[in-house]
Amino acid sequence: MIEIDKVHKSFGDLEVVKGVSLTVNKGEVVSIIGGSGSGKSTLLMCINGLEPIQRGSIRVDGTEVHAPGTDLNKLRQKIGIVFQQWNAFPHLTVLENVMLAPRKVLGLSKQDAEAMAVKQLTHVGLADKLKVFPGKLSGGQQQRMAIARALAMSPDYMLFDEATSALDPQLVGEVLDTMRLLAEEGMTMILVTHEIRFARDVSDRVAFFRNGLVHEIGSPDQVIGNPQMAETADFLKSVL
Amino acid sequence: MFSTSLTASDLLFMLQGAWVTLQLTAAAMLIGTLSGVLCGLLRAALPRASLPLAWVLDVFRSVPLLIQFVLFNSLKSIAGLDISAFAVGCLVLGIYAAAFCSEIVRSGIQAVPANLRRAARSLGMSYWQDLRFVVLPLATRVAFPGWLNLVLSVMKDTALVMWIGIFELLRTSQSVVTRIQEPLLVLCIAGLIYYLMSLMVAQLGNRLEKRWQEND
Amino acid sequence: MFDYSFHWRIAFKALPDMLNGAWVTLETAALSMLLGTLIALLLTLLRQQQNPLLRGFAETWVSIARNTPSLFQIYILYFGLGAFGLHVSSWLALLAGITFNNAGYLAENFRGGLKAVPDTQMRAARSLGMNAFQAYRLIIVPQLLRIVFHPLSNQMVWAVLMTSLGVIVGLNNDLTGVTQDYNVKTFRTFEYFALAAVLYYLIAKTIVLSARLMAWRLFRY
Repeated sequence: MIEIDKVHKSFGDLEVVKGVSLTVNKGEVVSIIGGSGSGKSTLLMCINGLEPIQRGSIRVDGTEVHAPGTDLNKLRQKIGIVFQQWNAFPHLTVLENVMLAPRKVLGLSKQDAEAMAVKQLTHVGLADKLKVFPGKLSGGQQQRMAIARALAMSPDYMLFDEATSALDPQLVGEVLDTMRLLAEEGMTMILVTHEIRFARDVSDRVAFFRNGLVHEIGSPDQVIGNPQMAETADFLKSVL
Repeated sequence: MFSTSLTASDLLFMLQGAWVTLQLTAAAMLIGTLSGVLCGLLRAALPRASLPLAWVLDVFRSVPLLIQFVLFNSLKSIAGLDISAFAVGCLVLGIYAAAFCSEIVRSGIQAVPANLRRAARSLGMSYWQDLRFVVLPLATRVAFPGWLNLVLSVMKDTALVMWIGIFELLRTSQSVVTRIQEPLLVLCIAGLIYYLMSLMVAQLGNRLEKRWQEND
Repeated sequence: MFDYSFHWRIAFKALPDMLNGAWVTLETAALSMLLGTLIALLLTLLRQQQNPLLRGFAETWVSIARNTPSLFQIYILYFGLGAFGLHVSSWLALLAGITFNNAGYLAENFRGGLKAVPDTQMRAARSLGMNAFQAYRLIIVPQLLRIVFHPLSNQMVWAVLMTSLGVIVGLNNDLTGVTQDYNVKTFRTFEYFALAAVLYYLIAKTIVLSARLMAWRLFRY
């Protein structure tokens, strides 16, 4: 369970997240939608401790993420994250990209790490690209590799930070399909996304962010199908 | 107490040396830039045909400057040419600078996007008009920082002409050292002068660059 | 015009000695690169510190190395240290001078290289649970190496060319030193130095070619 409680986050003088509270239960898929600069992506970075917070608390399975004594490296092993810019490691092959963390962080043997990597790459449909360098892949393929890389750590949670925003339109589908597969398998996921239709399809709950706060939250049919707040309706009208 | 036998005339002597350093730099850069631009244009326009030129220029970049000085100096005596050591210094440094300058110019020209050149030609400009009004102004902006670095490195390389008997800054400092036997002090002053001269050239260059950027 | 006859045969007799000198040249340059790279890494690290003293030290080093002649740097180590009663040999002064110079230039390259590896790579590595050291060793440094490889090989060529300055502080066993010794004995200046120039050219080209081969082997992506 991820419990976010009245979290404030600033960059210098600019407060981006202004007291967000949100609880995500095991097995749940929660989508966060909202305009740019509403603090959605920043919140994701705070969940696995890539960005510090100023006030409030975030607990993952009861562990306080921003407590001084927390072993963040340990914690991050169970929270996978996929970035907007897929961040493939350019100097490693697809297989090596996925094998690296299981070997060096989890301490798996070469055989076990390779087996895990092949399994996850097969899962995302890249079994035929093992020996290829990421630079030779399309954006969609690189993003699917990044998903496999996160999955290879056997995480309990997956965070997706606008995973399809930087892709060419014709490549968005293949990445969304991979994400849909994960959701169907029962992975706990938080998606920051601009794909409203997709969010409506896969999510258990949808949260609309505005000005660093949760403006409206509820089931997809409620928030997207029948928004209660005028701002939510305006936002949806502008993107759909 | 700090005491030194360094006199004002010693200092003046060193400053005269610094002046020689600046003169050498200016002369070498004049020769180097003119012939470097010519070679660079040729390299960019006819990459294949000018390959031998590239090889020759590469030799000047791959042999120690000191050896180039000695070779030219002895060649001068062999040919019985009556030119001063200063002229030899300028000539060698100039060719050396040209070897580097040609590469700077060539890559500057290559940095101009081919589409821009096509656009210029599609407006009916001739090859030379395209070169003069589109390619060269743009290439100059790209090449300038590299050229400025070259000026700085040539200024430092002038120190080597002491070997063929020219009294530039380092050589004059050395003779002051020989006289008053305070190497650390004298060399520190020499270093400071080099440093200030470098700073001055860099500042001048940066100001020039900024003015261009404002006009863009 | 030419009442001078070239005596190439005499020069070729000196070739074995000159080749030995070339070996000293190469060794000195390689050693100065090794030490220079290590110091440059340290300087790069120091330049990122908050402490103004450490940062100032590194900045001063880089600034002096880049803004004064390398010959001056060798000079001050040879004559200057003598003033402190530290007598250094010509070879040591040459080595220290080139190392000082290499470190300054390489530190500047390394800083540029670090900027060229995007921050997001660090972020991605940390998000997989790697600690900072692992992230540097496995993700940042390998990418940095590719970026600075070309400047490194260039600097190696510069180091070889700079060793020729040793003769000015009295070094007599490197390529230029050996050549100068023969020159003083026989005054066949042009022949000997032309031969030295050819050898330097060959060394420089060998370095460039082997660097290209190594880059091709190392960086397959």
